[in-house]
Amino acid sequence: VAMAGNAWRSMIHTVTMIPGDGIGPEISSAVMKIFEAAKAPIQWEERNVTAIKGPGGKWMIPPDAKESMDQSKIGLKGPLKTPIAAGHPSMNLLLRKTFDLYANVRPCVSIEGYKTPYTDVNLVTIRENTEGEYSGIEHVIVDGVVQSIKLITEDASRRIAEYAFEYARNNQRSSVTAVHKANIMRMSDGLFLRKCREVAETYKDIKFTEMYLDTVCLNMVQDPTQFDVLVMPNLYGDILSDLCAGLIGGLGVTPSGNIGANGVAIFESVHGTAPDIAGLDMANPTALLLSAVMMLRHMGLHEYGKKIETACFDTIRDKKVLTKDLGGNSKCSEFTADICRRVVDMD
Amino acid sequence: MTLRAALCALSRAVRPGGCGGLPLSRTLQVCGATIHASHPRQGSTYTPPPARYGGRHTVTLIPGDGIGPELANHVRELFWFCCVPVDFELVNVDSSLTAEDDINNAIMSIRRNGVALKGNLETNHNLPPSYKSRNNLLRTSLDLYANVMHCQSLPGVKTRHRNIDIMIIRENTEGEYSSLEHESVPGVVECLKIITRVNSLRIADFAFQTARQNGRRRITAVHKANIMKLGDGLFLECCKEVASGYPDIAFDTLIVDNATMQLVSRPQQFDMMLMPNLYGNVVSNVCAGLVGGPGLVPGANHGEHYALFEAGTRNTGRSIANRNSANPTAMLLASCLLLDHLKLPAYAHMIRRATLSTVTETRMHTADLGGQASTSDVIKSIRNAIQSTGPLTQSI
Repeated sequence: VAMAGNAWRSMIHTVTMIPGDGIGPEISSAVMKIFEAAKAPIQWEERNVTAIKGPGGKWMIPPDAKESMDQSKIGLKGPLKTPIAAGHPSMNLLLRKTFDLYANVRPCVSIEGYKTPYTDVNLVTIRENTEGEYSGIEHVIVDGVVQSIKLITEDASRRIAEYAFEYARNNQRSSVTAVHKANIMRMSDGLFLRKCREVAETYKDIKFTEMYLDTVCLNMVQDPTQFDVLVMPNLYGDILSDLCAGLIGGLGVTPSGNIGANGVAIFESVHGTAPDIAGLDMANPTALLLSAVMMLRHMGLHEYGKKIETACFDTIRDKKVLTKDLGGNSKCSEFTADICRRVVDMD
Repeated sequence: MTLRAALCALSRAVRPGGCGGLPLSRTLQVCGATIHASHPRQGSTYTPPPARYGGRHTVTLIPGDGIGPELANHVRELFWFCCVPVDFELVNVDSSLTAEDDINNAIMSIRRNGVALKGNLETNHNLPPSYKSRNNLLRTSLDLYANVMHCQSLPGVKTRHRNIDIMIIRENTEGEYSSLEHESVPGVVECLKIITRVNSLRIADFAFQTARQNGRRRITAVHKANIMKLGDGLFLECCKEVASGYPDIAFDTLIVDNATMQLVSRPQQFDMMLMPNLYGNVVSNVCAGLVGGPGLVPGANHGEHYALFEAGTRNTGRSIANRNSANPTAMLLASCLLLDHLKLPAYAHMIRRATLSTVTETRMHTADLGGQASTSDVIKSIRNAIQSTGPLTQSI
């Protein structure tokens, strides 16, 4: 965006909000309340995504949702349920395909006040999200023999590597580590590695290292502080990003962002819809809130992001108003109100 | 036991020279009385690999790269010190050569001896695909289909989690490690992951038999069948089929990303875990890290006819090679597993007890455990522990 900093910051930005299912609506409204209290220049456009059959019989997301996203370019999404045997692919997959969301970014930072055996975690996992082991191409060769195809392409590998280094540069990160298993999967992971190395040449200010997946796992559970930004293909990314989420406290407190082509970015909470507590004012909005903070940073609105994040962490550290999953017994609305109060007090 | 395995065992028992040269009828009786076996296929008629001369076993030793050679030496010296009736046939494999002669010699040696102890062989992943991983070649040629790793929390080793006791059974020959790749179009590479019914049933059967023999109550299969519906779906189906034949052992399943998340938050919930090759790689390294690192956990690779023992996480340790700082525990415990396999439990127990007491009681720790001791300090401490228990050893 070629606008002067102040002009950009005082503009009102439209963001497409997809509340989702289950606890989605309540945590979304919690986030909107907090943003209002912080006077963030965000205008929300709520849309629903349910799979509909378009012309030609292909499943797609509703046209008004697509239109809104294409216009605003930024989305915030709550958890979507994946119905079994509904005949259509999962909504997350549809969104990924529609907007070519090629990078999944998960910053994992230890939350002071939410104790886990691991303190001082501060790393980011960047996972290629379109190909790799999740290509969905499988065949039964003969009865009893199945082959699954893992696809690695030059373009996708280069794109994710470029994004990883850009991210590192924009977020003052000092090193990028490519995670691979090229000793076994020589051609596929070898191609991925080569592309990462090529891109690393153009980003001399960022340190580039390579590490085997098993070594990363081994070292991660012993000393996660040695890692900074990790970039990897789809399957390793899936496993490692969840491993890192486990280090800081689970999916209920982990933010996540998906970056697509054409400047589209959708930030989301990665936990489930929790239908058992939906509508009971018991949900924890932290994951969605931290994803929204990530969104603010992506949009360049760093001060608002910092303000809201600090308020959220302060509330958790204080331990007075915690939701059940964080170890307290307060309501979602009380938790939200506490954060709003802190945000207002900060001004 | 299957009919085929029973016939194999029987034919071994009636081979001249059976169990140390006893007459045939006594042999069967003696073998019949040996019930306890850690290898599930062996049961009560198992005979260990035939001893060579005068009751001494010959075992292939592949030092490998990095810290491998120094640790292999320590094992050899310790065995000599304890008068263990094992002779090592040293086979050096130069992993920098592209020719496969070295590794083929090693494979032939293991076919001859039936059992081996090895260090990790470095794979230069910048070489073209024609250069296959030497470790993988060993495993696939000898059909060592089961990788077993037992991760246990040790008192005296500082870790974030306590009371971990997980046995990991990993399919060792197929899955993502099939090394079948091609570039169909320039810039597009396809890598095949193969899952077969035969191998999945085999590894599941191995797991359940091992569970039974080691008193394990629950097996958790780790998979990603929600995405790889056919491949991991087949694996799960085979596991469930085998599970139905073992009603005394509980069976559940877990998706791999959830499994890793559970492992770092509450690893105590797992008893035994069973999985295909790649997830096994991830899970075994996570578990090894949780109990104290790569220097502590040994690994065993079992096949129908051969067994190969090594350090569980298969690291070369290039950065700490030849500095006398490597932790010898994993390698020594692997050699104890070897002795168990050779049916030399007294020696296995002696060395294992001394090694573990050095880690847990004497707390002589190398750098990877946060200590200052050198490898030779640890070895000396182990020798002292063995000497002090009284059995006949060479003089220090």
